[in-house]
Amino acid sequence: MSQSRKKPKKSIATREETEVGLLGAILTKYAGAAGAVIPILQESQEALGCLRPQTIETLALGMGVPASQIYGVVTFYSQFRLMPIGKHLCKVCHGTACHVSGATEVGEAILDQLRVDEGGTTADGRFTVQSVACLGCCSLAPVMMIDEETHGRLTPDRARKLLREV
Amino acid sequence: MLPGAIMHVAGSYHAAGGNREGLIVVVGLGSCGIAAGGQKVRSALIEAIERRALPIQLRETGCVGMCYREVLVDVFDPQGKRFTYGNVTPERVERLATDHFESGRPVREWLVRSSEESLADDSFFAKQKRIVLRNCGIIDPESLAEYRARDGYQALEKALRRMQPEEVIQAVRDSGLRGRGGAGFPTGLKWQFARGAKGEKKYLICNGDEGDPGAFMDRSVLEGDPHTVIEGMLIAAYGIGADEGYLYVRAEYPLAVRRLRKAIADATMAGFLGEHIMGSMLTARGSEFSFQLHVKEGAGAFVCGEETALMASIEGQRGMPRLRPPFPATSGLWGKPTNINNVETYANIPWILLHGPQAFADLGTEKSKGSKVFALAGKIARGGLVEVPMGITIGEVIYEIGGGIKDGRAFKAVQMGGPSGGCIPASLADTMIDYESVTQTGAIMGSGGMVVLDETACMVEIARFFLDFTQKESCGKCTFCRIGTKRMLEILTRITQGQGQEGDIELLYDLADKVKTSSLCGLGQTAPNPVLTTLRYFREEYEAHIREKRCPAHYCRKLLVYRIDSDLCTGCTACARACPTQAISGVVKQPHLIDQARCIQCGSCVAKCRFDAVKTQ
Repeated sequence: MSQSRKKPKKSIATREETEVGLLGAILTKYAGAAGAVIPILQESQEALGCLRPQTIETLALGMGVPASQIYGVVTFYSQFRLMPIGKHLCKVCHGTACHVSGATEVGEAILDQLRVDEGGTTADGRFTVQSVACLGCCSLAPVMMIDEETHGRLTPDRARKLLREV
Repeated sequence: MLPGAIMHVAGSYHAAGGNREGLIVVVGLGSCGIAAGGQKVRSALIEAIERRALPIQLRETGCVGMCYREVLVDVFDPQGKRFTYGNVTPERVERLATDHFESGRPVREWLVRSSEESLADDSFFAKQKRIVLRNCGIIDPESLAEYRARDGYQALEKALRRMQPEEVIQAVRDSGLRGRGGAGFPTGLKWQFARGAKGEKKYLICNGDEGDPGAFMDRSVLEGDPHTVIEGMLIAAYGIGADEGYLYVRAEYPLAVRRLRKAIADATMAGFLGEHIMGSMLTARGSEFSFQLHVKEGAGAFVCGEETALMASIEGQRGMPRLRPPFPATSGLWGKPTNINNVETYANIPWILLHGPQAFADLGTEKSKGSKVFALAGKIARGGLVEVPMGITIGEVIYEIGGGIKDGRAFKAVQMGGPSGGCIPASLADTMIDYESVTQTGAIMGSGGMVVLDETACMVEIARFFLDFTQKESCGKCTFCRIGTKRMLEILTRITQGQGQEGDIELLYDLADKVKTSSLCGLGQTAPNPVLTTLRYFREEYEAHIREKRCPAHYCRKLLVYRIDSDLCTGCTACARACPTQAISGVVKQPHLIDQARCIQCGSCVAKCRFDAVKTQ
C-alpha cells in the first residue's frame, strides 16, 4: 500500500511503453509523407540514442514495410547505429587536410588516453571515439568534435588536455 | 535602405554602419569561427560592452574566408570606417573594449584589415572575384533584412516580372555557367532539358552533400548566405517549371541546416517562398508562381553526392546510383523530370541575372566562365575560402592569395578534386584553373577542394589515403569498384609498409583501368585518379618504396630508421619512458641509444623529444 502511494501507477510505464509512445509520435508526424524513412530513423535515434532491433521492428510495423528494408537503410548510412554510444561522442577528423597535418598522431593520442579502440566506447561508458572523413573545418586542421563542439589546431597534447577537461 | 542593415557597396570594402549612434561590432561565427572559439569571444564582448554600458550593436556574420585568422571581429564606426581584428581571443577583448570601443583608438597591431590603411592581409583578397561569396562574412546570415539590403531577392523579382522562363534559361546559357559540383556540365543546357521534359510535375534539387574530404565551400555558403542559394533555386524553378524542391545537406553540417531552416521560414513569411510568390502579382508568363522547398538531411554516405544516389536517398532508400540514361531531366525524383545542381551553381544565379550574363562571361577563359570558389587547406600559410576568376593559375592562388607554403617549406603538389581528383605537382604550378586545363593534368576541377602538400608528404601514402576513403565509401553495387578498390588499397598499404614487390606498379595500372571502365557512377570511375596522378608525376617515390624500401619524404614509419643524435640528446629520459617496447636505453643526462632490433617504428620518441634529437633516416 505505502509503496503504491509513493509511486503512482501512471509514472511506471516500462521503457518499452515509453519507446512505443515516442516512436508513435514520430510516425504520426511523418504519416503520408513520401520518402520519410530516413528522417523517421534520424528522429528515433535522436530520441533513443540508438536503433535497437526492437525499435526497428516497431518502426517497420508502423510504416508497413518489412524490417529487412529498414535494416538495409540503417546499415547503409554511417549516421545510424545499432548499439548505444558513450555519454560523449568524440569524432576525430581524418579528412585530407587533417591527415597531412598530423591527424594520425592526434587520433593515436586520443585512443591511448581513453584506452579504447577505434569506434569503441570506454569501459566507464563516458566516451565513444569515432573516425570521420571530414568535418569541413579544414583550415583549422587537425580537428575533432566532442559532442557538438568543434576543436581545431590540435596537437596530441592539446587533444589529451581537452578530453581531461570534459 | 533598411534601418539597421549594414549598407554595403558590392565589391568594395567600405561599409557604413546603419546606426549612426555608435559602433557596430560583428563576430564571425561560421563553423570555423566557432571551432576557433568564436562563441567565447562573443560572450566576452557582450560582457565587456555591458559592463561599460556602451551604445554598441553586436552582430554575427558567416565566414569571410580568412580562416587562418579566426576568430575575426569587425568594428564599423559611424563614419563608415571598418577595422578587422584577427586571432581574437577572449583575453584580447578587454583591450579592444578599452582602447577602441571606449576611446576610439584602434589596436593597430591586432588589425588584419582596415579601410584606413593597407595591411599585409589585403593580398589575400587582391586577386579574388567574389560573386558566390559576395555576402559571406558581411551580412548576418540569419537576417533576411540584411540580405535584402544587398539586393537580395531582386533577381527573383526581375525574373518573375520581366522575363519569360525561356529568357531566364537563355540568360544562364549566355553566361556560360557550368556545374560547380565538379563535372562542369553547362547549367543552362541542363535547365533546358528539364524544361523540355514531358510532365506536369517537376522537381528541383540542390546538392549540398559536400562529401570530399578537404572541401568546405558549400558549407560556408550555406552558413554564410543561405538566402542566395534559395533565391538561385527559385529562379531555376521558375525557369524549368518546377513547383517543389529539395535541399539535400550533409548531416555533418548542423549549423548550415539550422540557418537554412530559418532562412526558408523567413522567406516564406516574406512571400518569397510558398504559394503565390511575391504576392498575387502576375508573372511575366501570365500565371502565378508557387514553390515549396524542403530541407533533407543526409545520413552519412559519400556516394549520395552522385545525383541518382542522392535522389534514391531523398526517396528514403539506400543511396545507390543507377544507370543513366534515363537522366534526371527526363526521369528523376519519383520518376518525374528533375533538375539537380550543387550549392555553388545556384548561388551564382542571382548575380548573373542582376549583372547580366555578359558580365559573368567576361570573366574567365573561353570555355570556363565566371569565378570558382576554392577551399584552401593543408600546408598553406593562409588557408581559407577563396573565390577566384577562372583562368588564374594554380601558382597565383597558392603564392599570391594563400601566401605560399607554411613554415617556409617547399611546395610539392596540390591535391585538387578530392578522392576523384589527383595531385598536380609543383612543376605544373602555371596550369590555368579551368575545367579543361585541370583535367589535362589528370586531376579534375572537382567541387573546389585544394589541399596543398609540402615536401614532408609521401605521395604513395596520399594515394593510399584516398583509396582507403573510396574503398570504404563504395556502395558495393559494381564489382570492380567494390573489390578493385580494395585490392588497390591492399597493394598501396603493402608498399607503404615496406612489403612492395616488383610488378605492383603494373598491377595498380591494370586495376585502375578496370575500376574506371567497369563502374557505373562517378565514384568508381574516378576512384583510381589519385593513384594514377601520383604514379604519373611521382613514380620514383613508388619505386624507392618498392625497390629500396625507402620513403623519400620520411613519412612512412615502417620504412624509417630512428636514431638519437648524441650531440643533441640531453639525457632527459622522456623518450625512454615513452617507448612501448623499451628499445631505448641510457643513463640520466647521458645520450640515449635506440636498439634497432626492438624498435617498432611507432614514432613515440620523436613526439616526446623536446630537443629534436631523434632523427629519421
